[in-house]
Amino acid sequence: MTAPLRERTDSRTQGGKPAVRLDGVSKIYGQGRNGLLALDNVSLSVGQGEFVCMLGASGCGKSTLLSLVAGLDSPTAGRIGTEGRRIAMMFQEPALFPWLTVSANVEMAMRVQGVAKRERRSRAAEFLEIVHLGGFGDKRPHELSGGMRQRVSLARALAQDADVLLMDEPFGALDAMTRDLLHDELERIWRERGLSVLFVTHNVREAVRLGDRVVLLSSRPGRVVEDFPVTLDRPRHTDSAEVAEIAGAITGRLREEVMRHGS
Amino acid sequence: MAVDQATPDTHARQLAGLDALELGGGTRGGLAPRIWGRVWPMVLAVGMVVAIWQAVVWAGFWPDYVFAGPAEVVPVLGDRLTSGEYWEAIGVTMRRAVTGFAVSVLVGLVLGALVSRIRVLRAAFGSLITGLQTMPSIAWFPLAILLFGLTESAITFVVILGAAPSIANGLIGGVDYTPPILLRAGHVLGFRRLQLYRHVILPASLPSFLAGLKQGWAFAWRSLMAGELVVIIAHQSSLGERLYYDRELADSAGLLATMIVILVIGIGVDLLFETADNSLRRRWGLQQVRN
Repeated sequence: MTAPLRERTDSRTQGGKPAVRLDGVSKIYGQGRNGLLALDNVSLSVGQGEFVCMLGASGCGKSTLLSLVAGLDSPTAGRIGTEGRRIAMMFQEPALFPWLTVSANVEMAMRVQGVAKRERRSRAAEFLEIVHLGGFGDKRPHELSGGMRQRVSLARALAQDADVLLMDEPFGALDAMTRDLLHDELERIWRERGLSVLFVTHNVREAVRLGDRVVLLSSRPGRVVEDFPVTLDRPRHTDSAEVAEIAGAITGRLREEVMRHGS
Repeated sequence: MAVDQATPDTHARQLAGLDALELGGGTRGGLAPRIWGRVWPMVLAVGMVVAIWQAVVWAGFWPDYVFAGPAEVVPVLGDRLTSGEYWEAIGVTMRRAVTGFAVSVLVGLVLGALVSRIRVLRAAFGSLITGLQTMPSIAWFPLAILLFGLTESAITFVVILGAAPSIANGLIGGVDYTPPILLRAGHVLGFRRLQLYRHVILPASLPSFLAGLKQGWAFAWRSLMAGELVVIIAHQSSLGERLYYDRELADSAGLLATMIVILVIGIGVDLLFETADNSLRRRWGLQQVRN
């Protein structure tokens, strides 16, 4: 495939400078007494080419954190360093533009960079090929299934030619079978393109299936509770015993966190 | 634990299989049945209206020369529609409608774009625009006649005042209701300010803008008819002017015939907007499920 792969010396170098680095990041919504502390002194880094999953119960500020890294919002305190890297983001919804065809949606990612129209079109076709949607460029988003739309969304994120991919529960609304297939696809694309991924989910197995590390956040306010390295060989399977075992341990820790709020 | 190791190839095939299953093919029916499906309810509606009209005439509340029945109006309508003079009158009215509406679209677009983008303008003019929208257009005519005299400009002025606020409001509403997720997506893709406005917000507001256009047309058409009744310009026959003289001459059949023409034009233009709206809905996937 002649996908626009970029040269990378060694995409899996875990050393060197991290792709994303959060130093003591806090976020307070609102002012004064009514202010809601969403994130409290979160420090976290995603290495170059690393796949980090962020896990937490509801209200842990996972999505807030991604919004901050994506620059959709700014932190109340602390620093976020991305060293000028290009950042793409995928949401739980596909967030495709309904007035554009599938191909034009992917092309939008290249518009800002001033890529010429003809080149945009042919590169969009390549990106759609990567997510196995080669023949669907002329369709409208609503003509596709949920899983297909999410793949278009992935193709659009890839088309941004980003180094860092932020994913906010991107497969949360999909059925189990589609989700498994998309895990495999995402893993392949991540490796081929040497992306650094920060993946938010509330599904523990999904986190263990995908991540080099699983970062557990507490809820209200969001704090880093623990950082679990996952050293299982890839490709992994969501249903395998090894994944289940690690997931069990993390779930136990997550339960403790949740129970703290009950008492 | 035995987990089958999927190769990249079986992946692609599994995905393709799921995709094919998800996309149950739905096709649109043929053209002729679709047109027939639209036409017969209309024919039914017209039939019912004519029947009620005839019934009222037969009830004899008014003498024939005051309230003519369908049997008298249809021949008069036929006569008029075969005379070049009458078509000239229709032509004048349509020309006024089209130019007035075109200028309204322009004014509405500029006004809507400015007010939706600039916060100070919104605070200053937002409710004024809505206020203008509710102002009966006929109330503008005394002022318009003072300003422009009994001229076409007076009519166009009122048509624009009637239509532009609706069009501007349609655009403003569309901008306000742009789905936040699309804004976020646009932002993440790198669009900022004007580019975000042009590539995300404006296209996203198209359905609301179209609704504004439709309402704007309705207001333009009403204002125009009011204007043509009030501002009679010599040597320039128009539909409103025909209504005026038919009343002066107590020509009930002629009056009703012209009213039918006005109604039909209004419905015809509305159908155009509906067609545009339907095609937009189809492309965006906003069609309602039909039971």
